[in-house]
Amino acid sequence: MTDIATLTKPRVETVLKDWETDQEVRWCPGCGDYAILKAVQRTLPQLGADPANTVFVSGIGCSSRFPYYVESYGFHTIHGRAPAVATGVKLANPDLDVWIVTGDGDGLSIGGNHTMHVLRRNLDCQILLFNNEIYGLTKGQYSPTSREGTRSPSTPFGSVDHPAKPAAFALGSGARFIARAYDIAKQLPDVLKAAYHHKGAAFVEIFQNCIVYNKDVFADFTEKKNADDGQLWVEHGKPLLFSKGTKGIALDREALTLKVVDVADGDWEAADVIVHEVTNRAVAHMLVEMPFGPFPMALGVLYDDPAASFEQAVMAQNATLASGKAPDLQKLVSQGQTWTVTRDGPEL
Amino acid sequence: MASVVSKSSVPLSSEAAVNEAVVVRFAGDSGDGMQLTGGQFTLSTALAGNDLATFPDFPAEIRAPQGTLFGVSAFQINFGSTEITTAGDAPDILIAMNPAALKTNVNDLKAGGLIIADTGEFSERNLAKAKYESNPLEDGSLSRWQLLAFDISALTLESVKPFGLGNKEALRCKNMWTLGLALWLFDRNRQPIVDWLKAKFAKAPEIADANIAALNAGHAYGETAELGVAVKQLHVAPAPAPEGLYRTVTGAEAISLGLVAGAQLASLPMFFGGYPITPASSILHHLSRLKEYGVTTFQAEDEIAAIASAIGASYAGSLGVTSSSGPGIALKGEAMGLAIMTELPLVIVNSQRGGPSTGLPTKTEQSDLYQAVYGRNGDAPMPVLAARSPADAFDCAIEACRIAIEYMTPVMLLTDGYIANAAEPWKVPDMATYAPFTARFLDAVPEGGLKPYVRDEKLARPWIKPGTPGLMHRIGGIEKEVNTGHINYAPANHQAMTELRRDKILGVSKGLKQDIALGEEGDQLVVVGWGSTFGPIHQAVRRARRKGMGVSHIHIRHIWPLPENLGQLLESYDKILVPEMNTGQLKTLLRDQYLLDARPLNKISGQPFRIAEIEAAIEGMLS
Repeated sequence: MTDIATLTKPRVETVLKDWETDQEVRWCPGCGDYAILKAVQRTLPQLGADPANTVFVSGIGCSSRFPYYVESYGFHTIHGRAPAVATGVKLANPDLDVWIVTGDGDGLSIGGNHTMHVLRRNLDCQILLFNNEIYGLTKGQYSPTSREGTRSPSTPFGSVDHPAKPAAFALGSGARFIARAYDIAKQLPDVLKAAYHHKGAAFVEIFQNCIVYNKDVFADFTEKKNADDGQLWVEHGKPLLFSKGTKGIALDREALTLKVVDVADGDWEAADVIVHEVTNRAVAHMLVEMPFGPFPMALGVLYDDPAASFEQAVMAQNATLASGKAPDLQKLVSQGQTWTVTRDGPEL
Repeated sequence: MASVVSKSSVPLSSEAAVNEAVVVRFAGDSGDGMQLTGGQFTLSTALAGNDLATFPDFPAEIRAPQGTLFGVSAFQINFGSTEITTAGDAPDILIAMNPAALKTNVNDLKAGGLIIADTGEFSERNLAKAKYESNPLEDGSLSRWQLLAFDISALTLESVKPFGLGNKEALRCKNMWTLGLALWLFDRNRQPIVDWLKAKFAKAPEIADANIAALNAGHAYGETAELGVAVKQLHVAPAPAPEGLYRTVTGAEAISLGLVAGAQLASLPMFFGGYPITPASSILHHLSRLKEYGVTTFQAEDEIAAIASAIGASYAGSLGVTSSSGPGIALKGEAMGLAIMTELPLVIVNSQRGGPSTGLPTKTEQSDLYQAVYGRNGDAPMPVLAARSPADAFDCAIEACRIAIEYMTPVMLLTDGYIANAAEPWKVPDMATYAPFTARFLDAVPEGGLKPYVRDEKLARPWIKPGTPGLMHRIGGIEKEVNTGHINYAPANHQAMTELRRDKILGVSKGLKQDIALGEEGDQLVVVGWGSTFGPIHQAVRRARRKGMGVSHIHIRHIWPLPENLGQLLESYDKILVPEMNTGQLKTLLRDQYLLDARPLNKISGQPFRIAEIEAAIEGMLS
């Protein structure tokens, strides 16, 4: 999408090293967070982003340590509240590039309310939700995205509740940009770039491997041997193909659902495979609800249809209402129904 | 029309004449417009030059079922020719618009006081709703008072007939008819009310005209009707007041104006994050109209988001402000800790109400002092201020902004439902007399490198806005290393940082001198108060002093840290009495800080203290 606001921002030349802090990274060795951090640090120079104009805001959890490791402005806030803090930051200074880093517990459990509202308001920011389907920092309890039957210290006999679907939640909340990737995906920087260029709230779910408490929970589609059949990378204007182009996603017109179809000799048109259109909200709804197993995991930019952003609307209204009015404190305190007391008593 | 008159021979308001003050209470159904009527009567009173204080008392329900006891809304005003500091202990005149209003209010009326009642509303149905077995206007049960009862409803309908309103709309003018009568009673000018009605209903002139007709009819009724009791026009002489421009102001208005003034004196844009809650919402309403003063208001999704967004805005260089009442303040607790840890300026206004939990949303209480001073996890010190009156709230709000910015800290300003809603005359301040406290931001790497937690002489850290080149740094809720602000879990560092945070806040008291509101250092007894109890305490102490008792009044604005001379000052008295609308929270604080034998006087009924209650306690302490 063309975006005037980001185009007009002066491009700042940096390299990956400029985005590294002197702080020791304290994630477990082998944690998927390392790969995401590197992907972000590699992407920011490509975007021409300015470290002085960039703010990473996070909540609480393993993912939320992220700001400490990025050489920009950073605010590690409290559990679940990063979207609310970020809203204040962006409203106070709309010129800042605001990134929110959160997790499945932080963003969908304790902070679900704020995630919903930052999305429906459409604050211009990038929301990176690291989904590892577990509470890592508190040592392995099941999370709102854990699959039914997850055994954890708090569910020794298996969890019984139905998991939340982050991308479906985001779309249902009114998000105008939904993307999905996983920690070590080579496409992650491209997804991040698309999120950055989207004016408004850009929601990116990143499947992240917690090697200590939920190891390889996404291996069914992230492992090399499963990638072809398990991953469907969507691209605007291209057919929804996977398994090296031998399978595709088509619409079951009878049931109004998606279905997997075989594609013979690359003739996807004959198989009626859907061409991805990023502004098609109806298809986006089907993609985010597409169950993994019978279907591959839909990855990439699933939906991207910008609308006016919240801070722009607030600024515009503030400017309209303030225009032509000079602030005058003395006048302000003298408003209302007044009277003057003179030596002879009060008068209007 | 039915006009019922009691046989009472007590002359009306003989006491009022002596006291140079009159207390009037308007009471009606919550849909009867009593708050509006009271507000306009207040303006008229102020214009007559009387000093005044008001007490709006309304139900939590927006439109409680009509005619019910719990749906009664009342507005009391005390006005006089001398200094008025309370809304009055007991009304001289009660205007009761229906049986429920009569039942819930009449027992507060002074013996011999006047009841004005609308017989048109005393139907069997309404009497039953008010749980009256017989009509009190007719059964002699009101014989302790003077009764003036006539069909205000019918008189109103008659007066607005020419305007062709529906019955329901026409009856809505009843409050203006009643106001007209009240204006006659006190010989007031109707013109300001007429002007106000014209402005209010500018888009519906027929409604304005009908209300004006009702107002005039009520006034004319007083002038011409044979009222049957010795009701004469009452003249209350103007109270002496310094020359200058005046207006009426409620606490919510004064706080909003004070916050704007504070931000302007600091040369900062203001960001206000709020979530609707009674009785704090009106601050959000007022501020949302002041865009030209650099005010951005944000109605957040919840109380936590309201404060969190304000913290984010402060981080980005605005003055962050949030406001709520007890239950909402409880939700904000964790975020206050974040503001303390990250040492960012923030003003938190708490309009206290009866608690715990949902408690009494529309009633007043001072029971959040512990919450304000102590109510957070960890050693989390925060300055706390308390406003004593609607007008005082203006200066308190400015003071809260100043402390927040100069000390890089969240500050809590305590007010309550009474202060928020009550109106009083306010001499418009001369803004040129307020010294600016311009906020400073670090704009370049200082010598020796960037250290976000290095401190100035007030122990405040520098304020660094994102967007400033070269000053990138990270902050958060995890313990900070001294000076650098990096994450640090070391035992000695936590001890040092905890002590720094404590000492920084204690430093706010430097140079703060507690004054004596009334009396002398070393008197026999001192009555120590805070917040909205100022009025009744002051009057009670004044009366006791007139009787020759050695009593002083001290009223504390700086609840935490306490003014540096307070301990010494209190020690000069033999006895200490602390009246509070809670079970003794300031008392505990004073005992803890000074090991003094402070004695409590507690009222937790959701109603302000009466002067007489405090007077009795003073006499008890001295007997």
